[in-house]
Amino acid sequence: MRGDPLLAARGLATWYELRRWGFLHQGWVRAVDGVSFQLAEGEAVAVVGESGCGKSTLAKTLLGLVRPLRGEVWFEGRRLGGADDWRWYRRRVGYVQQDPYGALPPFMSVRRILEEPLVVNGVSSPSKRRARVVEALEAVQLVPPEEFLPRFPHMLSGGQQQRLVVARATLLGPRLLVADEPVSMLDASVRAEVLQLLRSLQQSHRLSVVYITHDLSTVRHFCERVLVMYAGKLVEQAQVTDLLREPKHPYTQALLAAIPDPDPENARRLRPVPPGEPPSLVRPPEGCRFHPRCPAAIPGVCDRREPPDFEVGAGHVAACWLYEGARTVTAAPAVEGGGSP
Amino acid sequence: MTVAPLLRVEDLHLHFRTAAGPVRAVDGVYLEVGRGRTVAVLGESGCGKTSLARAILRLLPRNVAHYSGRVLLDGEDLMVLPEERFRQEVRWARLSLVPQAAMNSLNPVLRVGDQVAEPLWLHGRVRRPEEARDHVVEALRRVGVPPEFADRYPFELSGGMRQRVAIAMALVLRPQLVVLDEPTSALDVLTQANLLNLLKTLRWELGTSFLLITHDLATASELADDVALMYAGQIVEFGPLDRFLTGPMHPYAQALRASVVSLREERAPQPLPGRPPSLLNPPAGCRFAARCPARFDPCGQAPPLVPVEGGRRVMCWLYAQEATRAR
Ligand SMILES: Nc1ncnc2c1ncn2[C@@H]1O[C@H](COP(=O)(O)OP(=O)(O)OP(=O)(O)O)[C@@H](O)[C@H]1O
Ligand SMILES: Nc1ncnc2c1ncn2[C@@H]1O[C@H](COP(=O)(O)OP(=O)(O)OP(=O)(O)O)[C@@H](O)[C@H]1O
Ligand code: SF4
Ligand code: SF4
Ligand SMILES: [Mg+2]
Ligand SMILES: [Mg+2]
Repeated sequence: MRGDPLLAARGLATWYELRRWGFLHQGWVRAVDGVSFQLAEGEAVAVVGESGCGKSTLAKTLLGLVRPLRGEVWFEGRRLGGADDWRWYRRRVGYVQQDPYGALPPFMSVRRILEEPLVVNGVSSPSKRRARVVEALEAVQLVPPEEFLPRFPHMLSGGQQQRLVVARATLLGPRLLVADEPVSMLDASVRAEVLQLLRSLQQSHRLSVVYITHDLSTVRHFCERVLVMYAGKLVEQAQVTDLLREPKHPYTQALLAAIPDPDPENARRLRPVPPGEPPSLVRPPEGCRFHPRCPAAIPGVCDRREPPDFEVGAGHVAACWLYEGARTVTAAPAVEGGGSP
Repeated sequence: MTVAPLLRVEDLHLHFRTAAGPVRAVDGVYLEVGRGRTVAVLGESGCGKTSLARAILRLLPRNVAHYSGRVLLDGEDLMVLPEERFRQEVRWARLSLVPQAAMNSLNPVLRVGDQVAEPLWLHGRVRRPEEARDHVVEALRRVGVPPEFADRYPFELSGGMRQRVAIAMALVLRPQLVVLDEPTSALDVLTQANLLNLLKTLRWELGTSFLLITHDLATASELADDVALMYAGQIVEFGPLDRFLTGPMHPYAQALRASVVSLREERAPQPLPGRPPSLLNPPAGCRFAARCPARFDPCGQAPPLVPVEGGRRVMCWLYAQEATRAR
């Protein structure tokens, strides 16, 4: 159906159980705690936020690699429930996991790592496979390809491993790519190249991308929308240009202020960062989870009541009491009943 | 007379054996780290930065094809030390490493405190667990990790905290020089800023020297006094960071400087035209020649490392010509 989102997350909550000595229940790590968003066909959305805020857990939840406690994932209007749904879905999704070395089988050569998915998917002609593999290596700048084909993962540099994972994830022409820090180890030049590859797949194959990243300076050129995550929750969602021009949430503002430009003065001064550390996800602060670090916190409000999503502009949502006058947003009504069988 | 630098690397080579032939990952590197100074090794993915760190720390993989040169720490050549002595006297104690993706390389089944204590036990600095405990708490405190984290497992910590733990481990014996391989590249901007602030403070307080390996110019500018720009296994420009930022000399340095976009610019990031050369069969002449807009006749020969004013060095014929003309 036209206009339906390709992917929809509704009220996802993924908690990890903390145990002592393997069996005594100690509490829950609320890594993802009520996340809803939608992704249109051919759209790229960036997920940004501090280390430990739950980005990778969100990725794994979207892929069905960890089970959410609550919430649903919808794909092409179909709710992913049983094992069949997930199997059907996984054939359409590519995943670039955060730790590239951990993602690569250590005893397989680059050639086998890339050929195997082609074999499994019925590309039976060896010369065709070979051509696809070479093309994939060239696209991620692992050149000349013949030098890399016989190597094993430990014979690649960090950034080369990362590029190999990207090559594998895009090889079969997925509908959706969930990429968890796919270019973090790459220099500006190769990074631009790999992101341009994803951008062109997005345009030519209507690929949709969930791009988890800390590199806000590339987000402007490679994504349509940004989701800002803090302590398991989305605190701001907007079009990239709006978010960069006018970040609304105090956390987003702090995030943007922390990005350095090359400058000889940098080495002689400390960079401004909000005081404190991200909160415990086992016992998150009451009210707004950012309030202990927020310079704009309203006493008696922010530390008591959790802010709902306020609509602060067209397609621009911020969960912050500073915008209390604005209309509140209800989570993702568009999918309701959308494509049930 | 000048004082010997803390670290001096001379004509260092490290080649790896592969099915297609030897990969010349480090191929004639010259480098210096002054006492209390921080040098950033800057270069693109695959140019040999991690291999350089491995060569300096003698952490070699099994498929080494060739390993030669001199690594002088405080004037003492580490390359000729027997492995046993290197392990007992140098690694961790005088020279330590925070590896690339350190946060994923912590031992998952060992509690954080026990990992940080490992160098202490290895070097016989402690005899009883309580003694180790005191050192560990102090080492963790120094890097801003709450002491109670000592009892946790790595997966219970965020990436930023794990990275701090790896740094605590590298610092626990107070070495003179710490090699940091991409210490912040996997981290978000706030955690990055926090960690860089921490490293700056450590520098100011302990006087530790760092060899900072990074692909990111902005990160280098946060910490470094000097920059060593690496291209295809060699250091092609070396000198003070502020001079590098305001007036890069090597054509590769100039292209790189121009390719960096900041968040505050509308300009789209542009890849450098062309590709880095194969490290299996690097060109006989200048390795940057195929991508160099300034290429001219002499570039078919390997360019010399030319000293220029201000303690800078450039591996490029453009400056060699000038130097001869001036004479
Ligand atoms: N298997 C697990 N058991 C318990 N806690 C976990 C587990 N995996 C992750 N966590 C915790 O859940 C929280 C979210 O982790 P997650 O890896 O999703 O964060 P992230 O945003 O991807 O961080 P980073 O930027 O460092 O990759 C963290 O506090 C982490 O310590
Ligand atoms: N054990 C090995 N065997 C064969 N080749 C190797 C081995 N280790 C590294 N290489 C190759 O040597 C070159 C330099 O690798 P190195 O890891 O030093 O790069 P790097 O500059 O650290 O890159 P990155 O920024 O991507 O981590 C690369 O082309 C890599 O493929
Ligand atoms: S809700 Fe209050 S504490 Fe939270 S970000 Fe807004 S102003 Fe700050
Ligand atoms: S030596 Fe020649 S090709 Fe190499 S960087 Fe200098 S001008 Fe360019
Ligand atoms: Mg993660
Ligand atoms: Mg490396």
